[in-house]
This record gives sequence, structure tokens and C-alpha cells, in this order.
Amino acid sequence: MFKFFVIPGHDRRLIPEGRLSGPMPWVIAIMIFLTVLAAAAGLAMTRAMGDVSDELSSRATVQIIEANPEIRRGQAAAVADRLRALPLIEEVRLLPPEEIEALIEPWLGTQDLADEIPLPALIDVKLVRVATDAEYQSLRGDLQSIAPGARVEPSSGYIAPVISLVRSFQWIAFGLVALLALATASAVIISARSALNTHTETIAVVHLLGGTDEQISRLFQRRIALDALLGGLIGLVGASAIIWLISGQLSALGSGLVQSVGLDWWSWLIIAVIPILGMFLAMITAKWTVIGALKKIV
Amino acid sequence: MDEIVRFENVGLRYGAGAETLADLNFTLYPGSFYFLTGASGAGKTSLLKLLYLSQRPSRGVIKLFGEDAVTMPRERLPGFRRRIGVVFQDFRLVPHLSAFDNIALPLRVAGVREKDLEVPVAEMLEWVGLGDRTSARPATLSGGEQQRVAIARAVIGRPEILVADEPTGNVDPDMAIRLLQLFEALNTLGTTIVVATHDIHLLSKIPGAQMMRLEKGMLADPTGSLRHPPLPNDQQQ
Repeated sequence: MFKFFVIPGHDRRLIPEGRLSGPMPWVIAIMIFLTVLAAAAGLAMTRAMGDVSDELSSRATVQIIEANPEIRRGQAAAVADRLRALPLIEEVRLLPPEEIEALIEPWLGTQDLADEIPLPALIDVKLVRVATDAEYQSLRGDLQSIAPGARVEPSSGYIAPVISLVRSFQWIAFGLVALLALATASAVIISARSALNTHTETIAVVHLLGGTDEQISRLFQRRIALDALLGGLIGLVGASAIIWLISGQLSALGSGLVQSVGLDWWSWLIIAVIPILGMFLAMITAKWTVIGALKKIV
Repeated sequence: MDEIVRFENVGLRYGAGAETLADLNFTLYPGSFYFLTGASGAGKTSLLKLLYLSQRPSRGVIKLFGEDAVTMPRERLPGFRRRIGVVFQDFRLVPHLSAFDNIALPLRVAGVREKDLEVPVAEMLEWVGLGDRTSARPATLSGGEQQRVAIARAVIGRPEILVADEPTGNVDPDMAIRLLQLFEALNTLGTTIVVATHDIHLLSKIPGAQMMRLEKGMLADPTGSLRHPPLPNDQQQ
């Protein structure tokens, strides 16, 4: 498959190879740059969605709604004890009042409203697995026998619309990658045809001297594959720099879903492979284009 | 004697126009020397294109090396083309390759190793008088020098058939004779030579050569019985 990379120098001179002299490497560089950004966005969203979904789908919040603070505290402690005794529950954390006040602070301000507004007691629960609706229903019944104002809210309910939106963005990103691959292949076809036209006379001579279609197509494959690889590396470096900058900015935001938007090592591996995939795409497209064009000659 | 080329009722038409070549019937034998003559536009170059497999005929049968060249699969054509040397009327040298690389091209296409081609290519350059122009590109060579490179390229692979389209058109009379002597030497080694020319004086230079004359796309002798060229004046009785 890589025979075309070891073409002797004298054969390579048949079709002069000017690195970065034509538009092809730059077109490929732009295509790979955009492809890497789109792929990175898709991969980052996949990761974020996975992390958030894994984290929240097996979590629930129990609210104890009771106006009397004394009773509320007692019910919350009893509910927490009951939860710890259930095999479905892995971890129980009763949120201290300060943490609850901190949660509502963005909406109600820093004034000491906790005494005036009856805030519910909150218990963060981590389940051993994703619970079914029936299990949640059973849990609600169980807890309401201890605290009539107890509500059990699966966290997946809050995040579902966000997950759906992120999934849409993810598909858009991967759709863009596919479109860019098509555009890259089209650019290669145009470039290969242009190179064929430029070297028509040389190709005709090589043909008449007994050159095979494979011999001729190898010359173009090598030239276009190297252009694609070079352009791809330029695009990769540019896009990686941008991803790195944006990753830093997202990390600085430091909250929830946004903080989860990042790339792990295998995502970087996929991104690093994109220029090589681009080169293969260019190579195969060039081969088909050149062989197809040569078959029209006797 | 086995035939090397046979044309049977061959016709060639470009597009929807009239036939450029019509009803060609002739046979060429191995080791023979043929001149193809005719006025400009008579169809000499078109006939040669059929011979060196650059064109397929519109009708008829062409047998080449005993096989049907008309219905031959495309994949097999390169192997047959390597057995045919061609001197094109317009030379068709690769402009960005040196004289050495142009001459070495058929050997490289055939997969000859680099160390095995250096000596024969250098010898061929010497033979055509271009030993000091090894690295010269076609644009820096005169018309005659380019033609000599084209001839050297055609004969370097010791082809079984050598097809030459006006090979002496751009060289001086001395060089023309030297080139014909090269063709004759190849011919004595067994190569079948077909030279298209409108230079009637060349015909007498190769004793024993046969002549085909084309007139408006048809052989002047439609039976295909080739005739010897006229004798030079000093040998006429």
C-alpha cells in the first residue's frame, strides 16, 4: 500500500513535486484545521455528556419540606438513617444549612434570609446503580412514612434537556467532520485532475513507452499524499493550539457541565490521527481519480 | 517467415469525420526494414499510431506479435508497447528531464535497475553525438539534438519493432545517414523497422528496404504486396 512512498528519485522527477508551492497543501491545512476543531468539539461533548450522565443518572436529591426547623432537622436525620440502611443506596450526604444557603445565594443574595424563608433540608444520595421509576416510587413511599413532606427527585430529570441539547451539538460536530471529509476529497479530485491536465504530455509519453496505470498513478498518489500530510500537520498544529487555549478558558470557568468539556488522552489520540486519515483519504481519492482518468486513454 | 504485424481491412476514423485510413491490408515480417511514404496528410502518422498502439482502429483486425491488438485488454497493452520503440514526429521529450533521464525512461519504466542502465544510456548518448550533453534539458538542445535524444530513447530498449515518424526531419544530411545506419544496425540485429518519411532520397540508403506508399489514407498498392524502393540514379541501367 505504501509502495508509492519509495519511488526512486528519478521517477519522482517525472511529476515535479513542489512542496507548499501549490494551493493543495494549504487547502488541506484549512480542511484539517476545521476538521480537528469539529472533531474536538464532538469528542469533548461526548466526554462531557458521558461524565455528567454517569454522575447524575445514579444520583438523586431528597428534599424534606417542613416549616418547623426542629421537626425538619429530626425528619432529615431519620430519613438519612433510613436511606443508609437501604441496599439501593451507596452514599448519603445531608447538606449542612450553610451549603444550602450558598446554593440559593445567587438568587436571594447574602442577606440572612434562612431564618425568614423555610428552606427544605436537602440530602444528596448516590445510588449503587440507575434506579427504575418503580424503585423511586417505592423509595418515595418509604421515606414519606418517616417525613410526609419528603420528595425524591432523580438528578437525571434536571439534566435531560441539557443532555439532549449537547447530543444535538455532538451530531452537528460529527456531521461537520463528515462534510469536511467530503470537501477534502473533492479538493483532492480537483487537484488530481489539475495535475493530470498539467502533465498530460508526460503521462502520454510514459504510457506509450509501456508505463502502466499503476506506475503513473503512484506518482500522483505520492505527490498528493505528501501534500495532504504536510497540510494536515499544519492544520493540526493550528487547531491544537486553539483547542489548548479554549480548554484553559473552560477550566477557568470551573463549574459543572462546562468544566467537564475537555479532552482526554484517547480524544487527543483520535485528533492526532486525523491528518493521517486525511492523507489516506487523499491518497485513495487521488488513486481513483487518476486511474479513472487514465482508463479513458487507450 | 512468421509475421510480426498484420493489418486486415483496417480503417480509422476520428470522431464522426471521414475515414483517415481505409481498407489497409498488409503484413510486416520480423527483421525487415520498411519505409512508409506519402504526401502530407496521407495518413502516415495515423498508421504509425495504430502500429505503436496509441490508437485503436475503427474497424478491421490488427495482429501484433501474433495477437489481436484490437480486442486486447487494456491491461496487456503496456507489455506490448515495451516491445515497440517509437520516434515521434514532435519528439515528445519530457521537458523537465535531462537528456540522460529521457533516454533512460523506457528502461526505468520496464523496471531495469539503475546500475544496469547507466552504461547503455551513456553509450547511446555517445552514439548519437550527445555525450557532452548528458544533463542538458530538452529546452537547451537544438531541434536536431532533441531528435537524436528521441531516437536514442526509442532504441535504448532494443525493441522488436522500431516505428519512426520523420526521424531525419530536423537533422543535417550527415546525421541523417548516421541515424539510418543506427536503424540498419538494429535491423541486422533482428528489429523490424518502420520509418515514415517524405524524403524520397532516404529510400535508396537502405538496400533491401521495402516501401509502402499511402495516398489519401489508402495504400497505393491495395493488395499489400510491398515493393522495393527505386534504385539510386547511379545504379540504374
